[in-house]
Amino acid sequence: MDTWYIRTEHMDVGYDGVPLIRDIEIGVRRGEILTLIGPNGSGKSTILKSMIRQLKLLAGVVVLDGEAMAAMKEGDIARKMAIVMTERLRAELMTGEDVVATGRYPYTGRLGILTKTDKEKVQEAIALVHGEDFADRPFSQISDGQRQRLLLARAVCQEPEVIVLDEPTSFLDVKHKLELLEILKKLVRERNVAVLMSLHELDLAQKISDRVVCVASNAVDRCGTPEEIFTNEYIEALYGMEAGSYNALFGSLEMGRVGGQPRAFVIGGAGRGIPVYRALQRRGVPFAAGILAENDVDYAVAKALAVETVAVPAFAPMDEGTLEKARALMAGCQSVICCLSDFGPLNEADRTLRDEAAAQGKLLPLDRLSDLWTGGEPR
Amino acid sequence: MEKRTRLILGFLALLLGLVGLVVWNVNAGSVHVSPGEIVSILLGRGGGNVVIVRSIRLPRIFAAALLGGALALSGFLLQTFFANPIAGPFILGISSGAKLILSLTLIGFLSRGVAVGSVALILASFVGAMLSMSFVLLISSKVKRMSLLIISGVMIGYICSAVTDFVITFADDANIVNLHHWSLGSFSGITWGNVGVMASVILPALVVAFLLSKPISAYQLGEVYAQNMGVNVRAFRAALILLSSVLSAAVTAFAGPISFVGVAVPHLIRSIFKTAKPLVMIPACFLGGAVFCLLCDLIARTAFAPTELSISSVTALFGAPVVILVMLRRQKENL
Repeated sequence: MDTWYIRTEHMDVGYDGVPLIRDIEIGVRRGEILTLIGPNGSGKSTILKSMIRQLKLLAGVVVLDGEAMAAMKEGDIARKMAIVMTERLRAELMTGEDVVATGRYPYTGRLGILTKTDKEKVQEAIALVHGEDFADRPFSQISDGQRQRLLLARAVCQEPEVIVLDEPTSFLDVKHKLELLEILKKLVRERNVAVLMSLHELDLAQKISDRVVCVASNAVDRCGTPEEIFTNEYIEALYGMEAGSYNALFGSLEMGRVGGQPRAFVIGGAGRGIPVYRALQRRGVPFAAGILAENDVDYAVAKALAVETVAVPAFAPMDEGTLEKARALMAGCQSVICCLSDFGPLNEADRTLRDEAAAQGKLLPLDRLSDLWTGGEPR
Repeated sequence: MEKRTRLILGFLALLLGLVGLVVWNVNAGSVHVSPGEIVSILLGRGGGNVVIVRSIRLPRIFAAALLGGALALSGFLLQTFFANPIAGPFILGISSGAKLILSLTLIGFLSRGVAVGSVALILASFVGAMLSMSFVLLISSKVKRMSLLIISGVMIGYICSAVTDFVITFADDANIVNLHHWSLGSFSGITWGNVGVMASVILPALVVAFLLSKPISAYQLGEVYAQNMGVNVRAFRAALILLSSVLSAAVTAFAGPISFVGVAVPHLIRSIFKTAKPLVMIPACFLGGAVFCLLCDLIARTAFAPTELSISSVTALFGAPVVILVMLRRQKENL
């Protein structure tokens, strides 16, 4: 297809002549974000490094804007492709602004002196990453996050048509992670740039990418839209997750469930159950959860953490059969915790359960949750 | 603009230092030449000491300035190449390699009674420089730690010096004394002819280095970034190696190995100008090297006159502390 801005054809990559991944075929269009995900050491960086020519290709070609990159002049590539890599950029005695200005290199003259236009582009790029406050400070003295933003600004003022980023969010806190990705989105929308990057954060990859490439055990395993890639089973298999689980809907991770005979029955719903489930999991208390509708937020977490979960289908009432099942499960538990204070027409069964537990003297108030792991000594 | 003021003041200070030291160097020595006489000699009106000034002191001054500049520039290029602030032609053993091959050539020719021209000297010393350089490159491809690279360079330097000493000891020639003197480093006995040859090697190298300012600035960021900025890294690396070898070979051919100028001067220049931009660093290092070597040569000639010190002893005295300083500062930054 001719719409690919950069694509690989039968590319083999690896180190010292030994192929690590063979026959890679990936491509990015302009105005699109392609993200590489996969476990550590699977070869995401190797693919990116090969595509920017930091590593020699072992076979195949990389085609940039319709031309084989190997045959292109360095200067021509530099005007089309910018990079933000994990390698430390040495910047002795340089301010942040100086570093950003190095992005103008492919456009300056013989001696590399900046023109007025160049300087304006530099300022524009700094403004784009909101770096005005620290751009005049020495590059070696600003924080990793600020550095990363300036490196992006540097890539931006290179006026590329494709930006390649290797784990650009690694050193950033949540706020700056989001900001950085927002800036990428903006570049894609406003300047029709193609973005090719690797990301560690699955939740962010799921939300920002137009397409996702999964690299696992030295092969390109799958390629598709986030909707196709981000399913619980696939992600768990891709990363070989044994402890814990991945929730594709929330893009979140849960710790592994505590197995064994449930010691507590947790009556949850509407998000009230989640903190209790997590507290019990942390303290290693096996528990059962109920009665939840499958469209309840608590359901997703209970499924991941509870030994057993009693649930009804979405939008369905809690019928007698479900109540019976919950009763039986509750009978096997020493304690019952009710996270709810209000009940409605759809979860009358939960009220019944609570009242029965109270009558049996099993109901443990929320503020005495810790009895379950301290053994219930007087506080 | 503060940056610009610093730039102008810095270059002004270097130029003043250069002029001042030239005058002082002409003036001082076993025969004192008064400033008035200097002017009249330079204007061609003559004076009592025309011969001393014209054929001894002036060529020596030119040589010290040119070779000092070449050393400092070579140091700066090597520091850029290895991304290592204490790299330099002497410390990496490149000067000593040049010295070794040069001694072998000299002894070979002299024992057959053949005189050796300046160009042959430079060629021999270039071969030696490249030989050491290839060892250093080999080691640098294996070790990434900057201190290990330096230690390897120092060891290569020792080996070359030891072999040179053997060769000189066993060479049976009347010129041994001269050879020995030269192998310690000295600006003495330089003729106008020598100056012409060194200028025709060093000045073009300086111009080429200056024209490479742009890729050098890209390379300073790291190889990966340089490549992405459009630098042909392989060709550029080769150019840097050639340039720095030519420069240090030229120096060794005429003055023997001179220590620490290549490390100390770029560092001092960086702290004066507060920048590492090659556009500033290249001319400033060259000027700085010239000033530094003129000062050291002045001390070497006059401190214990009529005995002359080897130039390397004087440069080491000033240069080595600077190297220690740089290492300490690095250590602090890495903590």
